[in-house]
Amino acid sequence: MMTEMLEPVSNKQPQDEAVLQVRGLDIDIRTPKGTVRVVSNVGFSARRGKTLALLGESGCGKSMTAKAIAGLLDPVASVAGGKAYLDSRDLFSMNGKQRRAVAGEGLGIVFQDALAALNPVYTIGTQLGEAFRIHRGASKKQAESEAIELMRRVGIPEPETRVNSYPHQFSGGMRQRILIAMAVALSPKLLIADEPTTALDVTVQAQIMQLLRNLRSEEQMAVVLITHDLAVVAEEADDVCVMYAGNVVEQGSVDTVFTQPTHPYTKGLLSSVPADAQRGEGLSSIPGSPPELSQIPAGCVYQDRCPLASAICREQRPALRETGPGQRAACHFAEQVSTMQSNDEAANGQDAH
Amino acid sequence: MSIETQTELERTVLEVQDLAKTFHVASGSSGTSELKALDGINLSVKRGETLGLVGESGCGKSTLARTLMMLEQPDGGTVRFDGQDPFALRGKSLRAWRRRVQMVFQDPFASLNARMTAGQIITEPFATHKDLYPTAAARKQRLKELLELVGLRATDADKSPQEFSGGQRQRIGIARALALGPDLIILDEPVSALDLSVQAQVLNLLNDLQQQLGVSYIFISHDLSVVRHVTDRVAVMYLGRIIETGSTEQVFDSPLHPYTASLMSASPKLDPALRPKNRIVLQGELPSPLDPPSGCRFRTRCWKAQPICSVERPDSRVRAADGTISLGMPSVSRSEEQQIAECHFPVQSAAEAGLAVSA
Repeated sequence: MMTEMLEPVSNKQPQDEAVLQVRGLDIDIRTPKGTVRVVSNVGFSARRGKTLALLGESGCGKSMTAKAIAGLLDPVASVAGGKAYLDSRDLFSMNGKQRRAVAGEGLGIVFQDALAALNPVYTIGTQLGEAFRIHRGASKKQAESEAIELMRRVGIPEPETRVNSYPHQFSGGMRQRILIAMAVALSPKLLIADEPTTALDVTVQAQIMQLLRNLRSEEQMAVVLITHDLAVVAEEADDVCVMYAGNVVEQGSVDTVFTQPTHPYTKGLLSSVPADAQRGEGLSSIPGSPPELSQIPAGCVYQDRCPLASAICREQRPALRETGPGQRAACHFAEQVSTMQSNDEAANGQDAH
Repeated sequence: MSIETQTELERTVLEVQDLAKTFHVASGSSGTSELKALDGINLSVKRGETLGLVGESGCGKSTLARTLMMLEQPDGGTVRFDGQDPFALRGKSLRAWRRRVQMVFQDPFASLNARMTAGQIITEPFATHKDLYPTAAARKQRLKELLELVGLRATDADKSPQEFSGGQRQRIGIARALALGPDLIILDEPVSALDLSVQAQVLNLLNDLQQQLGVSYIFISHDLSVVRHVTDRVAVMYLGRIIETGSTEQVFDSPLHPYTASLMSASPKLDPALRPKNRIVLQGELPSPLDPPSGCRFRTRCWKAQPICSVERPDSRVRAADGTISLGMPSVSRSEEQQIAECHFPVQSAAEAGLAVSA
């Protein structure tokens, strides 16, 4: 089941545009009951000045993948295989010191929960200025003026006075701006944004996405956007990587994947969105729920919920294969997805047990 | 009272007028300051319909839900449930009333007791309302019905909540809310903790139950695409007031209030054809409810604000059937069929609202 992961997601783009390339990534978690593989053979690349979305539901391994790239995996989790190259530097073979050198200038990360990601006992100025003091050897005074400049860039009003405030003195949206400021402080080549707007209200979400878009085009960063929100992917991303139960099930440009999905899961997700369908019409839904990571079936990961599943799906895990221009899916019956019936009769029935 | 208004009343399950709730919050050394969580709320819910309640965090949605559940005592205004004021009820009649309004909570992982089985959770209300199903056999029969109603198996009754997935847990929460046969269920973000593929199952279930049982819903959610799909009418809240109401179609397609327009415009759309050409991105965030702006509460973030907005609280503007917008009548003549917004300078067209006009 080893697949070739070297090609960039879209074959129209030259190889050198890929800032980040991940190939065959496996992540294991140690549990009292034994080792569980939570991410399996994941590969994608993120291009300069473009946004790649890692899309999936909770527990699909999208955040775990991002944390592995950033070198921030929890101690119980470890990279069990695969490579990640940031501008041809191998991230997984680095020691702690090399990792720290990459952090900030190579790679920045924005977390979902801004309050938890900021240190409550230091001022915003100190936390924003830290990057400049450590990486650029800036003096305390220089670091503060850099921090003020950063706050201005991300749209925090009155930065000269607010620089001395503590995290709890900011609203949720402002804290998220501070996190973004911190992540882009040293103009990284790659920005990972892990559900950056999930905790925010819709009007603030629009502000934050606008800010991220502007920063991306100013800095020509590659952005990896982790989200479960299909509408956000549709609006913000160029490429998408759909994950399910620790595996990539489909990838390609957002335009193709969202208009012509070639994996039953992608298609099921897209039709579960209550678009502007009429009131009262039944939504088409996917029966059952995602498998426990300790009980991922042999064969196709999606077989239990798939209307196309047959004997081969239970025996053999499908490899990612070309299903369209720049589009790949891991399905034995990818060609039948476009004519697949949504299984509404099953939708109204039971969750899988 | 004319016959016509009588039938109107019969169809209305819940009628709320000028409902107010103020909290006293400790502030600084000087003592307390007032937080007007609800500041003159008017709304009504008809039998068998779903009213959506939309607004950003801190706007008072949850306080409103809690007050309607009688978990908070209002400071002013009236609540009429089938013509009765629940806050005037005592003893037996109060207990009988409580049967009729139930709630489903957001987080199915936190709202179910892990030490009880699904069956115990669903039948717990019968312990308080003993007269409903007096015998063990009747309770058992009712439990079976309820499990079937929400799409769970009879054997699920003996499992504990941890053994279920998120979607199934929410089904247990819904079965518990249905146990006493309520007329109105308040659904507080019922699907926001669920994964998308499971969310659709629960929304379909809620819709089926409403059609079978004729129960009314108040559906609180921040997800506008969900609200559009499941509601008949929508009320939009901002800093303790309902600033716009109308049919779901009216409010989503041709909002009157600039705040509603910005909400609709800002929410991400899956379908490129529905994306606004000029997205309205509001500046700033919700002001502190401890110190709300004078005049119109939205003026600090509004792109249409004029000097008058900081001085005078806007009256209601009503959009008539022919599309003309006029100054509204006082609350007595509020009809649920109309689209009403509190704004000095209501938005005139979908194009002005920054919403794409479908060709």
